[in-house]
Amino acid sequence: MVNNPLTKNIDMTRPPMDIAAYEANDGYQSIKAIAKGLSSDDVLQQVKDSGLKGRGGAGFPTGLKWSFVPRGDDSPKQKYLVVNADEMEPGTFKDRLLMEGDPHLMIEGMIIAAYAIHASKAYIFLRGEYIVSQQVLTRAIAEAEERGYLGKNILNTGFDLDIVVHTSAGRYICGEETALLNALEGKRANPRAKPPFPQVSGLWGKPTIVNNVETICNLPGIITYGVDWYHGLTKGNDHGTKLFGVSGKVKTPGCWELPLGLPIRELLEDYAGGMQDGLELRAFLPGGGSTDFMLPQHLDVTLDYDEIAKVGSRLATGTMIVLDNKTCPVGMVGNLMRFFAHESCGFCTPCRDGLPWVDEIFNEFENGRGNEKDLQILHDHVTYLGPGRTFCALAPGATAPLGSGLKYFKEDFDRHIKEKCCPYKH
Amino acid sequence: MSNGDVKMSNDMIASTATRHRKLSAEEIAEIEHEMTLYPDKKAVGLEALKIVQKYQGWVSDESLLGISKYLGIPASDLEGVATFFNLVYREPVGKNVILFCDSVSCWIMGCEGIKKHIKDTLDINYGETTKDGDFTLIPVPCLGDCDRAPVMMVGPDLHRNLTPGAIDKIILDYSKSKSAE
Repeated sequence: MVNNPLTKNIDMTRPPMDIAAYEANDGYQSIKAIAKGLSSDDVLQQVKDSGLKGRGGAGFPTGLKWSFVPRGDDSPKQKYLVVNADEMEPGTFKDRLLMEGDPHLMIEGMIIAAYAIHASKAYIFLRGEYIVSQQVLTRAIAEAEERGYLGKNILNTGFDLDIVVHTSAGRYICGEETALLNALEGKRANPRAKPPFPQVSGLWGKPTIVNNVETICNLPGIITYGVDWYHGLTKGNDHGTKLFGVSGKVKTPGCWELPLGLPIRELLEDYAGGMQDGLELRAFLPGGGSTDFMLPQHLDVTLDYDEIAKVGSRLATGTMIVLDNKTCPVGMVGNLMRFFAHESCGFCTPCRDGLPWVDEIFNEFENGRGNEKDLQILHDHVTYLGPGRTFCALAPGATAPLGSGLKYFKEDFDRHIKEKCCPYKH
Repeated sequence: MSNGDVKMSNDMIASTATRHRKLSAEEIAEIEHEMTLYPDKKAVGLEALKIVQKYQGWVSDESLLGISKYLGIPASDLEGVATFFNLVYREPVGKNVILFCDSVSCWIMGCEGIKKHIKDTLDINYGETTKDGDFTLIPVPCLGDCDRAPVMMVGPDLHRNLTPGAIDKIILDYSKSKSAE
């Protein structure tokens, strides 16, 4: 049986499969199953049973999210599916691979999701810089339309679906789903107040599901091969496979599809080849820039949502950023703080004013002017910018590497103060 | 506010209304196509800015006012969107825009040295354009190709595993493509 459903068709040394090759490898079987009578309730139930959790970072159960969309005759007729393809989390490079490597997998997944929630229109909210993704997806959508998998009355099911590729113009905050919806409506991408949640009142006030690219790409396998097969994939507590990436000074950085539940050590040492010669592992962010640092002592923790949460971090996007012993940890956290300060939408005060303040203090440390008072201000911001204090999750995300960095790299902050310079540069 | 100020601001409003540039037939055709994809024409504002930028290289005040007039979106709303997004240029840019990734993975892999090399070679900093108008250097958040860091885009092209030597070649290639035209 297939054990790499997300990447089975991907070979980046050649162009992605066209629709005929994709179909020949079990592609679009789920749409044929729908044509043979699989109901939208069945699809919803199977995705719930699969245990699939959102792969965009938050890890919310996908079937449960879908179930909040109102159903039935008295629900709003127009509903929307939006795929969040605005990949911009620092150190995250998985959705690009899926879209450029196998666009039909995502389109098939989108048809399944739209069918389940009764959406007749779907938007791919694509990062503007992902030019190849746009070309590849546009061509694949045209092929799917030609085959009758998209458009009106798909395979005589009475179900209609149009997919529009929307290219964005570059802001990290668009990854926040309500900010994304504002951007799609042509507004500044400030997040919206919740409730109402998008599932009930989203795009143009209609029920809307926003799912990440990788989440969507899990769906064809679940419907085609079944829930039992899906449950057989994992080596841990959470279900399915996931794309895991490693960047930083390892021997062979890259992105691989692996079952959930493998030890982090296996990803880092077997797949990424371990550290480059002469370097040691100092720490790592397990799932992009908004996660807490983990240490070498955590290498035997498994790549599961709950297991990583137990040691105070998050699996999030599953793309690991590795810090070696010759790169300055204070500089690395400072780089992340500059990113978050730049990408704050400016709507709420703690984020708009707090993050640039934090960024400025890191500049002071970098230039040998950091002091104990500054250090205290950084500590204070871990609280001031934390969950519940801001309008959305951007600033709390920034406090993950900040708080854990202050905790794990205390000696490095102290050395910057004492030696009045960055000790890694001198 | 004195009477003089009132007069001046009225003059400014009157002058901006007449300063709009009439959109070209190609621009209008693309904007009209976008309007078929969304139920609300306001949603097309950002698309229209990008379309105009594709043809004009950047979004001038005159272009922005032209879009505002064509779509019936207040110029202030459109400006709010234009200034929010990184990839909408409200100032002229060079022939080739370098989007330089300086996020965390590229930083670990030494992008600061690469940036310095670009700066030394082209004599431009972030937000600046070379004197010959060939290159503009702009920072960009993580480009999502971290296993091949450091990376940057030049125009629509992604360049990976950057080294100072690779930068020299890239700059030469894009400069050549101009002289070949």
